[in-house]
Amino acid sequence: MPMKIGIPKEIHADERRVAATPETVEQLIKLGFSVTLEAGAGAGANFADDAYREEGAEIEPDARKLWASADLVLKVRAPETHPELCIDEVDLIREGAVLISFIWPAQNKELLDRLAARKVTVLAMDAVPRISRAQKLDALSSMANIAGYRAVIEAAHCFGRFFTGQITAAGKIPPAKVMVIGAGVAGLAAIGVAGSMGAIVRAFDTRPEVKEQIESMGAEFLELDFKEEGSGAGGYAKVMSPEFIKAEMELFARQAMEVDIIITTALIPGRPAPKLITAGMVESMQNGSVIVDLAAEQGGNCALTEPGRVVVKQGVSIIGYTDFPSRLPTQSSQLYGANLVHLLRDLCKENNGQIVLDMEDDVVRTATVIKDGEITWPPPPLKTPAIAPPKPAAEVPVAPPMAKAAKPTWGLAMLMAVAGLLLAGLGGVSPPAFLAHFTVFVLACFIGYMVVWNVSPALHTPLMSVTNAISGIIVIGALLQISSPEPLVWILAAVAVLIATVNIFGGFFVTQRMLQMFRK
Amino acid sequence: MTQGLLTAAYLAASVLFILALGGLSNQETARRGNVFGMIGMVIALVATITGAQVTSYTALGVCMGVGAILGVVVAARVQMTAMPELVAILHSFVGLAAVLVGFANYLDPSVGTHFTGTEKAIHEVEIYLGVLIGAVTFTGSVIAFGKLSARITSKPLLLPARHWLNLAMGLLCIWLAAKFVGAQSLPAGLVFLVIMTLIAFAFGVHMVMAIGGADMPVVISMLNSYSGWAAAATGFMLSNDLLIVTGALVGSSGAILSYIMCRAMNRRFLAVIAGGFGAEGGTVIAGSCVQGEVVPTSAEETALLLKSAKSVVVVPGYGMAVAQAQHAVSEIARRLREKKVNVRFAIHPVAGRMPGHMNVLLAEAKVPYDIVLEMDEINKDFPQTDAVLVIGANDIVNPSALEDPGSPIAGMPVLEVWRAKTVVVMKRSMATGYAGVENPLFFKENTRMLFGDAKSSVEAILVAI
Repeated sequence: MPMKIGIPKEIHADERRVAATPETVEQLIKLGFSVTLEAGAGAGANFADDAYREEGAEIEPDARKLWASADLVLKVRAPETHPELCIDEVDLIREGAVLISFIWPAQNKELLDRLAARKVTVLAMDAVPRISRAQKLDALSSMANIAGYRAVIEAAHCFGRFFTGQITAAGKIPPAKVMVIGAGVAGLAAIGVAGSMGAIVRAFDTRPEVKEQIESMGAEFLELDFKEEGSGAGGYAKVMSPEFIKAEMELFARQAMEVDIIITTALIPGRPAPKLITAGMVESMQNGSVIVDLAAEQGGNCALTEPGRVVVKQGVSIIGYTDFPSRLPTQSSQLYGANLVHLLRDLCKENNGQIVLDMEDDVVRTATVIKDGEITWPPPPLKTPAIAPPKPAAEVPVAPPMAKAAKPTWGLAMLMAVAGLLLAGLGGVSPPAFLAHFTVFVLACFIGYMVVWNVSPALHTPLMSVTNAISGIIVIGALLQISSPEPLVWILAAVAVLIATVNIFGGFFVTQRMLQMFRK
Repeated sequence: MTQGLLTAAYLAASVLFILALGGLSNQETARRGNVFGMIGMVIALVATITGAQVTSYTALGVCMGVGAILGVVVAARVQMTAMPELVAILHSFVGLAAVLVGFANYLDPSVGTHFTGTEKAIHEVEIYLGVLIGAVTFTGSVIAFGKLSARITSKPLLLPARHWLNLAMGLLCIWLAAKFVGAQSLPAGLVFLVIMTLIAFAFGVHMVMAIGGADMPVVISMLNSYSGWAAAATGFMLSNDLLIVTGALVGSSGAILSYIMCRAMNRRFLAVIAGGFGAEGGTVIAGSCVQGEVVPTSAEETALLLKSAKSVVVVPGYGMAVAQAQHAVSEIARRLREKKVNVRFAIHPVAGRMPGHMNVLLAEAKVPYDIVLEMDEINKDFPQTDAVLVIGANDIVNPSALEDPGSPIAGMPVLEVWRAKTVVVMKRSMATGYAGVENPLFFKENTRMLFGDAKSSVEAILVAI
């Protein structure tokens, strides 16, 4: 008997997302599940009930019946009180069923207890570990990506000018300047979107290793003259020292006077969002500037943010929406639905519509917050670190270069001394004729050394064949002996002439052949 | 021809040879450089032949005629993929010629008599060295030729106590040198010279047998260098400055190439020459096992990826040469360029079996040389690259060279292809590369594996584009 997946309509105010799209329903059915949706579940995300029916889903108008019959409930938001039925979703869920949704177990301890009391199994999409294997089910990344995109769109909506600079017949328009604070998934997405709209983008992050990522998105990385490692566990940021924060705030204060748009995405797991933009900084911004605070839900990075609302303070629009992904409902439902399908594919390896929770699997273990009514959160630490720690490159090489620099000097001096002694010895015993040849030899070695270093690496093969050809010059030695009256000498010389000539002609011709092929 | 004119001709030839090498600094002047080399050679030969010492023109004409025809025929016929073999066998000729000239010089009664005392000793040491280096070059090159043309297995042959064997042979050669210089009569000296030659032959064989296939770029450059030193030693023997200059040029050129190749593999020259690298023969070294999933792909998907990319980098390796896939690769590049895709080629210094091997193959397939870039030129561009196509290369794109200090290839500069958005690796199977190191590149999320023979895969992509 395959498991029955139930997908209720989201009841949170203004929540337009849904946990499945017609596309993901098709994939769920392929995995062997049967799928039922509450009538109108996809309406907010522009998916009609009929579109789901076409892919083989059933539509159930009654939310109670849907909850009661589902073995596996897929949701976006954590369960809460149903506004129409006046009953909590926790009480609607059937005992022994499985719930997969965002849960935020750290913030919702009481919810966790109530769910446990219902003897259900709960997988929290927000608890999926950040390891590369789990990236395809990382719903936080999917949602952050959308939030970053939407943040720029909202900013553009409130902003009274173009993003891109233009030279028009009516005059020159300067490009907008955007500062993004925090280069996580959302920050990087915002950098990309703002950049592609033509704005000048700068970004700041406490973690130095993201510099490369920021630059690869085409933004300028704002650097502090202050060194402190900002990477915490799992690739997230950590709380910084007071000195660092001071330097950071000075940087923001300088930037605030200059930029038109600030997008903040700074979050530290399990803590209120750090206050980075003070009321004074807001005041210093030009009229018409925009701040988008993606951390509004955790209190906001800007002191004047009001969560859930857009406010205008000192002429600056401060956008404090907490539902950015929901404002792009079709896209976010599609990505979230796909994350769920990837998770279920991992849980249902046999394609038989049954899920198996393998608690030995790091991903499944970490995501599971309640197993058969038992709270299993927080999970044990991962066996493998989420992201390899960056090598301590900064400190290690400080001492060795000094020693290294000193050693070759000594070596060189020694070498020079030995070479000088050898030369003196040579000059003492050898006849002048030999020394003349030796001079030629040494100088030729140096000329060869200088000339060959200039050879383009692409031409190394022709270099070898042409040096081969000219080393056929050894034929001269044989030529000088071929006229000897001694038969043995004559024969040896003749053979040498023959093979050296092969070398000369073969070498030059094949070089010419190769060089003719090199063309633009 | 007077002695003065002869010297002037030799000087002209030396300068032209230097210009020939200088011309190779870029593709535009390279052909002119080669012509300079030819002119220099003609001047040197004509000056020598018209000199007083050369009288038997018939024998000379026959030998040079036959040699010239052989040389031109071979040069015209050789496949570009077989260039390393050709270069190896030509090196062996120089080595053999040096041996023969050395013997002839020793046996020639008109030469040895007018030297006395130190001069005689120096002259004999010069003969001895010329023959020694020539003999090592000769057999070493023959073995290298055999390995490159797959007539001999390219696996390193490792005799027990091989380092001691080499040392013993070296010491024996020094002892024989002392005996040879001290020899009272010509036949007595000849015995020592012959024994030394045989030992040097054995040494050349043993040295190259111990070196594996992928170290061939170093071996070829080293033999190139040796052939130069052999010519220089012969020049000392004959008191001929042209030979000395030419030999020194070739010798230092080969030495620099060997150095560049060793640096590109992050290995010491001696370690390569002592052999034994890759002796594990493709077994995975314990502790370096990489976990993860391999994502296979198809030629059609690869074609789609390439078509939709803005910038593509192709990384060819020895596998492309073996499969003779360069023409199809070039055709892919041409079609993508027509579609305004920015296609470039990235060449690792040790890709292939001799320095610059890949460049020659791509040039043969009519890839414009200005889109063929060196490792240092292109490494910084990978993060902005949409798709990388790795064809028959393994160790030169292995990220563990940079990331895993315990890896046998740690510290070797590699092409950082994994920084690109997507990497497609064409490979026959999951076997490890020459160095026997597991390649974590294959398990990266942005890597797709296209299994199969390089040529058929490339052709399938070409059809799908």
